[in-house]
Amino acid sequence: MPDQLLFAIEVTLNGLMAGVLYALVALGFVLIFKASGIFNYAQGVMALFAALTLVGIMEGQVPFEHLINVTFGTEIHGFGWEVPALLAILLTMVVMVLFAWAVNWIVLRHLVNQEPIILFMATIGLAYFLEGLGDMMWGSDIKTLDVGLPQGINTWIDETTFNAFGYGFFIDNLDLVATLIAILLVAALVAFSQYTKQGRALRAVADDHQAALSVGISLNFIWVLTWSIAGFVALVAGIMWGAKSGVQFSLSLIALKALPVLMLGGFTSIPGAIVGGLIIGVGEKLFEFLIGPLVGGATENWFAYVLALIFLVFRPQGLFGEKIIERV
Amino acid sequence: MTGPGMSAGARGRSDVRDSLDHEVTADGRKIGGVLMDMRSITLRFGGVEAIKNISFDIREGEIRAIIGPNGAGKSSMLNVISGFYVPQEGEVWFRGSRRPPMKPYQVARQGIARTFQNIALFEGMSVLDNVMTGRLTQMKTGMAAQALWWGKAQREEVENRARVEQIIDFLEIQHIRKTPVGRLPYGLKKRVELARALAADPMLLLLDEPMAGMNVEEKEDMSRFILDVNDEFGTTIALIEHDMGVVMDLSDRVVVMDYGRKIGDGTPAEVRSNQDVIDAYLGVSHD
Ligand SMILES: Nc1ncnc2c1ncn2[C@@H]1O[C@H](COP(=O)(O)OP(=O)(O)OP(=O)(O)O)[C@@H](O)[C@H]1O
Ligand SMILES: [Mg+2]
Repeated sequence: MPDQLLFAIEVTLNGLMAGVLYALVALGFVLIFKASGIFNYAQGVMALFAALTLVGIMEGQVPFEHLINVTFGTEIHGFGWEVPALLAILLTMVVMVLFAWAVNWIVLRHLVNQEPIILFMATIGLAYFLEGLGDMMWGSDIKTLDVGLPQGINTWIDETTFNAFGYGFFIDNLDLVATLIAILLVAALVAFSQYTKQGRALRAVADDHQAALSVGISLNFIWVLTWSIAGFVALVAGIMWGAKSGVQFSLSLIALKALPVLMLGGFTSIPGAIVGGLIIGVGEKLFEFLIGPLVGGATENWFAYVLALIFLVFRPQGLFGEKIIERV
Repeated sequence: MTGPGMSAGARGRSDVRDSLDHEVTADGRKIGGVLMDMRSITLRFGGVEAIKNISFDIREGEIRAIIGPNGAGKSSMLNVISGFYVPQEGEVWFRGSRRPPMKPYQVARQGIARTFQNIALFEGMSVLDNVMTGRLTQMKTGMAAQALWWGKAQREEVENRARVEQIIDFLEIQHIRKTPVGRLPYGLKKRVELARALAADPMLLLLDEPMAGMNVEEKEDMSRFILDVNDEFGTTIALIEHDMGVVMDLSDRVVVMDYGRKIGDGTPAEVRSNQDVIDAYLGVSHD
């Protein structure tokens, strides 16, 4: 096989794995948008916050440590214990559920039936609030997150492909595990929504609020549930990204990458979020590989947005999105 | 056998009584005490008074019709009963006690199911799934229990599924069980909506114009279903309907509304001979 083709395949594979992460973040958006029509700008910051909280809990940090020390003149530096990763993940999930509950009871409950733009503005406020809260609770320094996921080149793939094609593919173990976890997560979500009564209630609310109320579904409960699930998805995305590039502010910017993914996949389609994520992931890596050298590189910064723009022009409802029909 | 073809007023209450608070209709159904009591209800939208100080009751086992010209406030009244609208004044009494202000989902959980004038179904879901949502109030297994004890949740699902299949058979919609509701014609959608409401095994069933927009044959089917539901399940029904023939055939008692006021209340025969009602509503056919 010619080298160029082998490189291209390797780039595609790596793109797929990057795409998985985009897909996860986009999935968080879609879940909330479907259930409540809210475009949750804070989804990316939720991933950052979840990852920060996870690191904080694992390392035994005292929440609001700095604030407490400044206010009371104390010298607290951590609890002095470490929490095992699995337990810390569970605790972080509890925090995310509490967050979901608080968002609904303190903010969204008062904005029912408001214009979408108002709800959107509220989530922008939420994003900045959560970012600040994360800083205050856990400090603003860059943290490393190690929940024990395998890292580094997968030697088996490297050797096998080397023996077969004379060129070893570089695939990171972390990417492989991330992909596997993402697949499991999506499968679990699908099973939940298809085969449990809460899942059915969730689909019902996504479909028609009035009808959902008439069969005894509490919209508030479902909204807390969706925000909790979105929090869980954010946590998973945060763990993967954090393990790869450290837990830092840039994590919240993957939300901006999720935007073009949503334009491709449609705001209301779960399969769309997944396929859209993969297309953007592969597309931007391949484009950089093939066209990047001709235009001086750095195409990854804008490729996704231009692709989304082209999509918007020709298929505004996205790949799988429901057709936009004006209600009259 | 009762049917839509029977003569007007035949289902009106008779005077046969078998106990203090039970009476038996001409066709042998038992009508019990007051199930729902609306007391001096007033509902305003800004300056518009949609309901003006109306009182009426619904008795156990009866079919109660609410009629009136367009904009009379009929749907508003149904929305008050089901908790979608909160009246500014008045009291709602259900099963002998005063109901505090409630969200629609809480009312539904009390055993009051409804359909909508403009059909509110889950368009993206299959007929079967739509009807299954009607069962949600009957499914008690919590979320944690479902996750930890999958078997129990599955058993509950199967039991409820069996009841849903019964209702689907009863309403003769087996052939469209798996069809996404969005693809169904109007008449069938109305029937699916009834199925979903019935799936809750409601104590009180509220139907907002169940036959609107249907052809004669569909109307006859729907009339038959409504009568059968009332007969076989003993479900109390309150319905809004414009077709006077249907109303006279189906209902035991009728409330007549006009411009938010109650202008008549009684058996179909009584209502038909009420001069206010004739003027406001039936007048057209008596000119
Ligand atoms: N949500 C609402 N907001 C404002 N006004 C409303 C609302 N719902 C009903 N109304 C007003 O209340 C009055 C009664 O309306 P309602 O829908 O109850 O009438 P109706 O008897 O059901 O009429 P129809 O036979 O046309 O269905 C109307 O003037 C209507 O405009
Ligand atoms: Mg109406």
